[in-house]
Amino acid sequence: MKTIKVSVVTPDGPVYEADVEMVSAKAQSGELGVLPGHIPMVAPLEIGAVRLKKGNATELVAVSGGFLEVRPDRVTILAQAAERAENIDVARAKAAKERAERRLQAKQDDIDHKRAELALRRAINRLNVANRNF
Amino acid sequence: MGASLRDIKARINTTKKTSQITKAMEMVSASKLNRAEHNARSFTPYMEKIEEVVASVALGSNDASHPMLVKRPVKKTGYLVITSDRGLAGAYNSNVLRTVYQTIQERHRSTEEYAIIAIGRVGLNFFKRRNIPVALHITGLPDQPTFADIKEIANKTVNMFADGTFDELYMFYNHFVSPIQQDVTEKKLLPLTDLASDKKLTAYEFEPSQEEILEVLLPQYAESLIYGALLDAKASEHAARMTAMKNATDNAKELIRTLTLSYNRARQAAITQEITEIVAGANALQ
Repeated sequence: MKTIKVSVVTPDGPVYEADVEMVSAKAQSGELGVLPGHIPMVAPLEIGAVRLKKGNATELVAVSGGFLEVRPDRVTILAQAAERAENIDVARAKAAKERAERRLQAKQDDIDHKRAELALRRAINRLNVANRNF
Repeated sequence: MGASLRDIKARINTTKKTSQITKAMEMVSASKLNRAEHNARSFTPYMEKIEEVVASVALGSNDASHPMLVKRPVKKTGYLVITSDRGLAGAYNSNVLRTVYQTIQERHRSTEEYAIIAIGRVGLNFFKRRNIPVALHITGLPDQPTFADIKEIANKTVNMFADGTFDELYMFYNHFVSPIQQDVTEKKLLPLTDLASDKKLTAYEFEPSQEEILEVLLPQYAESLIYGALLDAKASEHAARMTAMKNATDNAKELIRTLTLSYNRARQAAITQEITEIVAGANALQ
């Protein structure tokens, strides 16, 4: 099978680099699948999981937003934070989830509310990816 | 003479101890500098890629505009100033702060016209003491900061430009040139006007649209620039501290050398005096 080079890069360094058969990610306009030979494209991503299909195995990377850049022979995902499923700190994600839930309960102004909501979504996303809940 | 001998001895000992400490601090800073350079290196691929994409998208085919790309009349200016939390880093902090202070004095007449965003305690205290308004600040950053550490302040800073709190934003920090040279740098962060890229621009398809991509891309890019400046500043801080501590160690060694010399002289003088007294005493008995 033809493959495409994928790299997931964050400000703290590269997180994932490999040749895969298919990349699928959740873009803001909907679920997006990229195969080798795709035309150049840029799409913003949602907080979600990037699935990387390699043979029979599928690897998961949790990303907190960012965007996806596609070229015919390579895909680059630029996110402010990203972790591979096996590197996720589940305890920390759980703690973050509880913290965000507590903040949402308390009445706050719009900005803090929005921030807590995003934090909650990131935490849930990490937990889902860690449990391969996709 | 005896007391002064003891004084000199005590001074030699304290200086020795100080030099041991500065030597240790020098080595700690050297290893921190190593790691800071490593962090800056792992950030480079991200920065290069995002620069390339931003240039391609923003300068691409049709001229889509975004508030962050457009110059607007300046009513208020933001200054993001990066200093360290602790001193003992030579002129590291004072160089930056002096430059910022002079710039502000030259460009503005009242405190209404600008606001400071301070990263680092030294800078924060400096501006507070002079009654300069500090809009945002963060202190206690680790020596090897990760993006998550400054995400919030970077995000708020970029939002302050977006919501019109200020109309342009400059960054002041020490740019790392080499372990012995760090230059104070002023960099215009927002609006993003110099988006030239030497790489070939790619014509992309946009999903969903160019405007919506810029909406995500530009704030993320601006935040990355802030993080890049912070990494640069941290490398400079460690380098400056290393050099300062090296100088302190060298000075201590020099001081120990002169003190040892005067100690030996004083000791010799004491012995000579004693002999003279004994000889004089013996002569008196004859």
